[in-house]
Amino acid sequence: MAQRIDVKDVNIYYGDFRAVEGVTMTVDPKSVTAFIGPSGCGKSTFLRTLNRMHEVIPGAYVEGKVELEGVDLYGDDVDPVAVRRNIGMVFQRPNPFPTMSIKDNVLAGVKLNNRKISRSDADYLVESSLRGANLWNEVKDRLDRPGSGLSGGQQQRLCIARAIAVKPQVVLMDEPCSALDPISTLAIEDLIQELKKDYTIVIVTHNMQQAARVSDRTAFFNIAGTGKPGKLIEMNDTATIFSSPAEKATEDYVSGRFG
Amino acid sequence: MTTTDSPPAPVAPVRRRRSSGDTERGFSRTFRWIATGAGALILATLAAVALFLIVRAWPAMTASSEALAEAVPRYPDDTSFIAYVGPLIFGTLLAAVLALLIATPVAMGVALFISHYAPRRLAQALGYLVDLLAAIPSVVYGLWGFTVLAPVLAPLWTWLNNWFGWFPLFAGDVSPTARTMATVAVVLAVMILPIITAVSREVFLQTPKLHEEAALALGATRWEMVRTAVLPFGQSGVISAAMLGLGRALGETMAVLMILSPGFLYSFKILQAAQQQTIAAYIALDFPEASGLAVNALIATGLALFVITLAVNMAARAIVARRKEFSGAN
Amino acid sequence: MSTDTTTKDSTEYTRALLTTAEPRRRRTDRIMAGLIWSAFALAMIPLVSLLWTVLFSGAGRMSVDFLQYSMRGIFGGDPSGGIYHAIMGTLIITGCATLISVPIGILVAIYLVEYGRGPLARAVTFFVDVMTGIPSIVAGLFAVSLFTIFFGPGARFGLIGAVALSVLMIPVVVRSCEEMLKLVPNELREASYALGVPKWLTIVRIVLRTSVAGLTTSVLLAVARVIGETAPLLVAVGVTDSINFDPSEGRMMTLPVFIYRQYSQGQAPCREDQVNCVADIALQNAWGAALTLIAIVMILNIAGRLVNRWFAPKTR
Ligand SMILES: Nc1ncnc2c1ncn2[C@@H]1O[C@H](COP(=O)(O)OP(=O)(O)O)[C@@H](O)[C@H]1O
Ligand SMILES: [Mg+2]
Repeated sequence: MAQRIDVKDVNIYYGDFRAVEGVTMTVDPKSVTAFIGPSGCGKSTFLRTLNRMHEVIPGAYVEGKVELEGVDLYGDDVDPVAVRRNIGMVFQRPNPFPTMSIKDNVLAGVKLNNRKISRSDADYLVESSLRGANLWNEVKDRLDRPGSGLSGGQQQRLCIARAIAVKPQVVLMDEPCSALDPISTLAIEDLIQELKKDYTIVIVTHNMQQAARVSDRTAFFNIAGTGKPGKLIEMNDTATIFSSPAEKATEDYVSGRFG
Repeated sequence: MTTTDSPPAPVAPVRRRRSSGDTERGFSRTFRWIATGAGALILATLAAVALFLIVRAWPAMTASSEALAEAVPRYPDDTSFIAYVGPLIFGTLLAAVLALLIATPVAMGVALFISHYAPRRLAQALGYLVDLLAAIPSVVYGLWGFTVLAPVLAPLWTWLNNWFGWFPLFAGDVSPTARTMATVAVVLAVMILPIITAVSREVFLQTPKLHEEAALALGATRWEMVRTAVLPFGQSGVISAAMLGLGRALGETMAVLMILSPGFLYSFKILQAAQQQTIAAYIALDFPEASGLAVNALIATGLALFVITLAVNMAARAIVARRKEFSGAN
Repeated sequence: MSTDTTTKDSTEYTRALLTTAEPRRRRTDRIMAGLIWSAFALAMIPLVSLLWTVLFSGAGRMSVDFLQYSMRGIFGGDPSGGIYHAIMGTLIITGCATLISVPIGILVAIYLVEYGRGPLARAVTFFVDVMTGIPSIVAGLFAVSLFTIFFGPGARFGLIGAVALSVLMIPVVVRSCEEMLKLVPNELREASYALGVPKWLTIVRIVLRTSVAGLTTSVLLAVARVIGETAPLLVAVGVTDSINFDPSEGRMMTLPVFIYRQYSQGQAPCREDQVNCVADIALQNAWGAALTLIAIVMILNIAGRLVNRWFAPKTR
């Protein structure tokens, strides 16, 4: 299921503004990769280029190559919709569909694409996805209630269940815990550890302890100043980044001296 | 070619491909075309309205005045087409401008009331009441103006005529039934009140809190705050609101048709019967019975009305749009 | 003691500072507040008078028969006619106009919100606004001119009126639906894209589905707006005293036109000895129809607002 991502010399633009410059990196399969760095350095922007969500924004475009198992995601014959089906995404703020029940939210990826699914398959998929998101026990009695009635942490886990229900190869998470309380955050972190057995996971976080707790590898992004493009400064095993980083900027950041 | 010891390192050319947002496939692309087509349909419709009116008006605009005099009821003998439409345009403008003069001050008062004076919790409900005025069909306004308002206003018009008869607007023989331009203007004012109020209310509510508080902190009374912070800020908004109201008043048919006793003069006597007529009411009155060249003549007057309202509305919208750009830049 | 007096003085001084009314400014403030309150009261007078008159004058004529019979074969002061044909005509013509306007209006709104960029979108936005200002009689003339090409002069039937009403209704639908679509949070669209849902399905299944209550409200309010239009129907559909259910054939009566028609009839000539003759029956009919029309408009307005309040999903 899980696959590796190779990023080669990627520049990312919003219209004329170059937001991210010259990123080359490899994301290992079945591992958790964390992106850290100060606000506005382009972590979200970069993450969104990994499943072609970036180009949803008018005027935005990408230069360079992003390869999933050697296939360029930006190749001419690649359908961005198919890319997103294989590389799922969880957003900063939980965003369950307000018109759908919990169950329909989980099935959203299947149903919205008008794919036929038998009742038993649907029930199985709902249960396995919700179990996969550590939410099953909490919601199994109210699957037909609206998803917006859950707590913030539960909503976020519902969104994770929704993302894994389409059976993606990779799950991207953009600060999935920043809108949540500490208890819910722990629940999500546990979940990430479990998910990594099956999926390649990339997580953006502001919280360095979180990066240290959940990730195998860490990439540090930085920005020279406002209006300048963000850059990948350093990427290494998480332990190395936090104990003996190669770059001065990284050391300053992880030791809390700025940012 | 010179040979060197070290062959040039094979520099891997990095392919730079721009990938922009327009990467829709399958039905998404079709759907985009459908939606865009619907948008273009709006422009086509407006163009079609103009085109059909011009085509159908053309025979009347090019016909000889004898032919027109024969075919069109109430066509003055030996006159050009302009002389025929002229009084109608005059009547239309007179009615609309009078209505605007009555409605604008009241509408500004109502808008300020809802935005800055009414108790906060009531404001929205009161605003809804004003909007109700816009929901009432114009034919009902006509019925009401004819049976209820005209008799109430008749003594007032007589009084105005007695005391202010020297003023051109109030001169002439006052009509005992009050089916005159003055009554029409009052009804039109009521009808355009909601739109002027609604637009003004929006801009008054957008006044920066900072400005209002700055005025209050300098010791301004509430009215002084309104005068120094709210009104200057809302000025262009009120102007465009008034022009939108003007556009409505220009095209209003039924209330005029049912209240006004028509005439075809360039007359400012708004208290006297059988002086003026508006284009819209004229068309509604004569169209059902018209045939042949008369239809073309009526459509030609309709074209004149269309051009006037289009100009007024475009000017109003341009002011609003420029305002938006300004506030967007901040 | 001197200190005592100074304290007292300064207290007095401060009190004077804080309580000195500047009478002129205070008075201006009061007068303006009074004027502003009375502007509102003034605006309420016609509303109350109008609604009261319609209710009072219309209720007298209201009966089951009035709602069930047409005016076919009714002459002079005969009070046994009704408005059934006009109610049906209004419902049919407005229904047709709605069928034309709603798909186009919603598609244009989708274009503006989901796709609209560049000069075309700016032009559409501008001209939708301009289109809201087309005089209703001009819309009627346009529809008649359009159909004259295909059916020759003198063609009068329901669909012509429906087209005229659509010209008035489409911009209203576009404007309000646009507002409703803008209320759908962008996050929901992105969540859907991230599940690999193509854009058109995202629009249909997420954006439209989320805003369906708001769209319904918009449509109901737009219908309420055009259902009272008189002038375009007068020129495009004509008048009749009989029931006609077919919008593609023959003249049709509608409530607003009926009101105008009865109003212009004036007093009926009743002889002294004549039974079953009411001199002002025409005016009574007009008020009865006005009450019916206002009731329909108010129901649409209230229903519109309630739909949105009750059924709109919570989208933060
Ligand atoms: N929709 C957008 N349009 C234009 N510029 C944007 C947009 N989103 C983000 N940016 C810019 O791109 C840069 C990177 O932003 P972002 O990726 O959100 O940073 P991070 O997630 O690391 O805080 C910032 O300078 C930001 O202003
Ligand atoms: Mg971010």
